[in-house]
Amino acid sequence: MRFVDEFRDPALAAALVKEIEAIAARLERGRDKPFAIMEVCGGHTHAIFRYGLEGLLPDLVEFVHGPGCPVCVLPMGRVDDCVAIAEREEVIFATFGDAMRVPGSKKSLLQAKAEGADVRMVYSPLDALTLAKRNPERQVVFFGLGFETTMPSTALTVLRAAREGVQNFSLFCNHITIIPTLRALLEQPDLGIDGFIGPGHVSMVIGTAPYRFIAEEFHKPLVVAGFEPIDLLQSLLMVLRQLEAGEAKIENQYARVVPEHGNPAALKAVAEVYEPRPTFEWRGLGSIAGSGVRLKEPYAAFDAERRFAVPDIKVADPASCRCGEVLTGALKPWACPEFGKGCTPERPLGALMVSSEGSCAAYYQYGGIKGEAA
Amino acid sequence: MCLGIPGQIVAVADEAAMLCVVDVSGVRRAVDVVCVAEPGAPLSDLVGAWVLVHVGFAMSIIDEEEAAATLKVLAEIGEAEAEMEALTTGSVDVEIPGGPHALRR
Repeated sequence: MRFVDEFRDPALAAALVKEIEAIAARLERGRDKPFAIMEVCGGHTHAIFRYGLEGLLPDLVEFVHGPGCPVCVLPMGRVDDCVAIAEREEVIFATFGDAMRVPGSKKSLLQAKAEGADVRMVYSPLDALTLAKRNPERQVVFFGLGFETTMPSTALTVLRAAREGVQNFSLFCNHITIIPTLRALLEQPDLGIDGFIGPGHVSMVIGTAPYRFIAEEFHKPLVVAGFEPIDLLQSLLMVLRQLEAGEAKIENQYARVVPEHGNPAALKAVAEVYEPRPTFEWRGLGSIAGSGVRLKEPYAAFDAERRFAVPDIKVADPASCRCGEVLTGALKPWACPEFGKGCTPERPLGALMVSSEGSCAAYYQYGGIKGEAA
Repeated sequence: MCLGIPGQIVAVADEAAMLCVVDVSGVRRAVDVVCVAEPGAPLSDLVGAWVLVHVGFAMSIIDEEEAAATLKVLAEIGEAEAEMEALTTGSVDVEIPGGPHALRR
């Protein structure tokens, strides 16, 4: 069994796979398509590929790779806004490295930097705040992106800037939230997903209670999972057990890191600084109501969108790009006509090829496990 | 960015500013600990604790075994290297007592 030997507990991994096979065999009768289990988090996607977990599963069970890669769902127009801010004479534009290569309609931040814009890759929003304090004559803008995992870090940095009276620091807020996104996905009439592997570190912040509607309203199981291969196999088994029993519950396989009610200090900071936007555009998925956040009025002084008039132009993805269908599980990455041809990790056309957490980049790097891919 | 990386709190950097020095695989930097600190307790209580660090913020206290297992996974999927690269090249030395060089071993 490939890869299993290197897991923390190979015997347990083998036992889990055996039990998954047994459940699949029992469930097989009367089933004409595989059980589709979506892992929401891009980190899980990456781990599933790296450990070859798809290859360990019976044909009746498949992973569907979800939209949980914040870099991948960033629309081109927002990248253009970043470039427009970064190219201003007075601005130091600070960003996580992951965002540097995401293509805009004309260029990425990396290309803008090469052409002279002052773009700095930083590790933490705290580093951007330090840059602001060290460069009082410049405007330092931090590009805030990510789900609830990184949202507390920017909220706490804004609160710190307010406390310290730093006036030349602002945030270009592109944070997105997972719950409205899952709801939008679940409301799609032709959704072929039977259950979910819930994100580990988003849940560390928000807890498990916010997922209850998935079980209560949509009758789908969700199991919050850790990142080790054993965690993923165990969580998958927990989902399958629910399906076999005809149940839909929210379970927590990653309780060693995820408390039921999340992280109180992080949630408090997020609630203090942010409010939902009426709607936010996602690359490939279109607009999702309530899925983005912006700075509340008392923190308007730290809002880059209010400080600099950003163009905020909607830019359509390239016509040949089918990231949206891949994101919703309707199209396998290798079935996209641009996959590995017009779109590669070196020269990404669509966002799913940019980040190691994007499913296209993962398939490109590790190859298809079930034989269909290149 | 989203996966974070385990580190060990080795010193209090600035009590009032809620910053501790965290050692992440041999690289030290100031990390915000407001999300893991017990309200009202001194930050020195945290020294020695293992934490999951996300973009400069300690987000969860974990045990040493969990830290080791998480580091192993991150190394295997190539994320540890990316995170350490971001940490070493992207860190702007935060002003802490002892000067910026106190951050690096």
